[in-house]
Amino acid sequence: MFSGKNLASAGVLGLNQRNADFIMRLNPRRLYPRVDDKLITKTLAIGAGMAVPELYGVISHQADVRRLPDIAGEHESFVIKPARGSGGDGIVVITGRSQRKRSSYRMASGMLISEAELKHQTSNIVSGQYSLSGNPDSALIEYCVKFDPLFAEVSYQGVPDIRVIVYRGYPIMAMVRLPTRSSGGKANLHQGAVGAGIDISSGETLTGVLGDDVVDEHPDTGALIAGLYIPNWEFILQSAARSLDVTGLGYLGVDIVIDRDRGPLILEMNARPGLNIQIANCAGLSSRINRIDEIFDPKADPDARARICRREFPAQRQTAFPLDASQ
Amino acid sequence: MTRRYVYIIAAVLAGISIATFIYKSQVLGFPMTGQEQTPAWTIETTIRFDAGPGSIKVNLQIPTLTPGFQTLDEYNVSKGYSFFPTYVGGGREAQWAIRRTDGMQTLYYRRVVFEDPASEQIDTTPPFPPPPVINEPLRTAVEVIVADVRAQSADTASFTTELLRRCNDPSPGANIELLLADASTSAQFVETITTVLAAARIPARMIRGVILQDQQRRVDPTPWLEVHDGDRWRYFNPNTGAEGLPGRYLIWWRGNQPLVHVDGGSNVEVNFAVQKNYLDSMAIAEQRAEMEGSLLVDFSLFSLPIQTQAVYSVLLMIPIGALIMVIMRNIVGIDAFGTFMPVLIALAFRETQLFWGVILFTLLVALGLSIRFLLERLRLLLVPRLGAVLIVVVILMLVISIVSHKLGLETGLSVALFPMVIIAMTIERMSVVWEERGAGDAIRAGLGSLLVAAVAYLAMGMDWLEHLIFTFPELLLLVLAVVLLLGRYTGYRLTELRRFRPIVEQ
Repeated sequence: MFSGKNLASAGVLGLNQRNADFIMRLNPRRLYPRVDDKLITKTLAIGAGMAVPELYGVISHQADVRRLPDIAGEHESFVIKPARGSGGDGIVVITGRSQRKRSSYRMASGMLISEAELKHQTSNIVSGQYSLSGNPDSALIEYCVKFDPLFAEVSYQGVPDIRVIVYRGYPIMAMVRLPTRSSGGKANLHQGAVGAGIDISSGETLTGVLGDDVVDEHPDTGALIAGLYIPNWEFILQSAARSLDVTGLGYLGVDIVIDRDRGPLILEMNARPGLNIQIANCAGLSSRINRIDEIFDPKADPDARARICRREFPAQRQTAFPLDASQ
Repeated sequence: MTRRYVYIIAAVLAGISIATFIYKSQVLGFPMTGQEQTPAWTIETTIRFDAGPGSIKVNLQIPTLTPGFQTLDEYNVSKGYSFFPTYVGGGREAQWAIRRTDGMQTLYYRRVVFEDPASEQIDTTPPFPPPPVINEPLRTAVEVIVADVRAQSADTASFTTELLRRCNDPSPGANIELLLADASTSAQFVETITTVLAAARIPARMIRGVILQDQQRRVDPTPWLEVHDGDRWRYFNPNTGAEGLPGRYLIWWRGNQPLVHVDGGSNVEVNFAVQKNYLDSMAIAEQRAEMEGSLLVDFSLFSLPIQTQAVYSVLLMIPIGALIMVIMRNIVGIDAFGTFMPVLIALAFRETQLFWGVILFTLLVALGLSIRFLLERLRLLLVPRLGAVLIVVVILMLVISIVSHKLGLETGLSVALFPMVIIAMTIERMSVVWEERGAGDAIRAGLGSLLVAAVAYLAMGMDWLEHLIFTFPELLLLVLAVVLLLGRYTGYRLTELRRFRPIVEQ
């Protein structure tokens, strides 16, 4: 009844094929530091004129951890993240300070964290606890993205981000990741965030996925996930498409946040983006990849590539009365 | 493009592996299973006699050409005697000699043989025998018998059969009765037959051998008739005329001479005893390969010291564990901690057995994890914290061993065999996953590791597989080929079928 054939005919991409056919072929290992090290990513993105969250400072040695309060300085909110972390592990989001004591920080969850604990967390990052290789790492202290009210109804603390899969420079699939109570305000699907597919053509959200299940409502707020229009959608696709030129990697996940004041900002890029985006979109990556291979144009600039994708990949909308019985 | 290279390399590896495997198993006869044993027989000849005053020389007929059998070993036991086997006439003799000795003497000659249908008799064609000198009235009787039998036969074989039929007839003619008047033993009977055959210019000789049965203390050699038809030697049952050798008949010596000849001794007694025992087929296969001078055996694992062999019999199973790991991760899609941690755990399970292994592993990780959570509060740096976890793991292993020993559960002692560094890393990884992704993910990956370890243990614990890999290490190339092919497997993982089900269903 249910077999790999059905998946293949739905154009679903599996982990083995993603690794063997796309990541290994299109992502040369020597270019990995460009995306694995967020400091390098940020530098490259700034060089290409892309908008990124402002960097307040970097801590690369245990001895520098004590400089943390100086770097945080007068900023009410900031984010500490490992430069070479993976999957959002080790990120601390500070949204404010205690009213009585400036050395007591408020995390996204609303809980207070003392300066000593924050330094310990930073020290863990620097010692490499969250880095992919386990080698000593750097901690980046950067601008904390301000919540765009657009997503207020569909996220629980934290800031939703938009994940775009870019294949050979073409933004072929996208979803928005909505933090939940169980994800602790983080926008990572494996930590319990909800992913909602986005119609590449229009920027309108589709149904969501929680874990491996399809959901229509946000589990904490109960608001409908579908039907939101992402602002600046054209610009987001263009920024994502530009990631190929910045990194040289042919199969990428680009993470973008929408800031209330500064608009879409490139947060990070991922050379091994997950496959749950297919469930969120109820669509397979393979079929879109094949389509891009057919129409690939090496001379197309990022804006053209974004335009082509908007034309090529309109969402297959669910209707109350299915028009096509085979669907 | 890469894919094609992988296919070619995998095909070459598999080809080499399978070809070597087939050569070793089919040609050299390496056993496919560890239980495979080949029956071997030890035939012991005991010679007893009273020593005379002078020097003593003992000649014993011993086997040379033994169709259907191969010799594994031969040796003699004798006190103070010089011993050397030598080829004489048509056969082989063991010669013992001593200048002087007293009393009752006992000499042993032992030969260990195993059945090998491929062992053929290669012998020279004998010349036509000279007509025997026979005195009257036997001479006329023989001439008449030869003429009668020749008239009723077509060739050597049918001549022999007809002659034997007549001689065994309960109411033979007068000529045959006269001929057999002196043949009281079956050996004399066969000797008489060979005389008649010689008169017919047919080369023939008596053979004597031992019919090998499980265990016999006193065996009389059975005489048989060997006739050359101008092409090869053929065997005839002297009592029935039927052609062929009896089953498991080891030809000991040929000709009419006695089994043993003692110069300078008296009261000679000779006895055959047969003992069946089972030898490891491996030893026999090696013996055979050694005789054929095969390099494959010189370089086999069996040439290593025994302790090293024991180490390799375990090590060689690790590739099987790796294969299981690859299948479980890339084909099935099970989450597990560490790439090869489950394989190492499976190795430890070999000592603890599965049930206790799972219990001890779970206990160790659960205790380690809870202490790791306490350590988390101390805010230690990464490397000191890992060191602390490792020390805690070692202490826990010690405590589990001591407590279980006090409780009389000896299985608990084998906890010491768990790879402590791997366990420490697992605890660390698990606690990080626990905090970052929640208890669900951590426990799921922990159970996944345990499941993979259990499957790997079951695969690595299969005795026949262990024997097969140890005897035919070239099969590892086949495993490598399969792993290479799986490395290019781009199909779905089994767990993905469930994971992506919503896409298909919508």
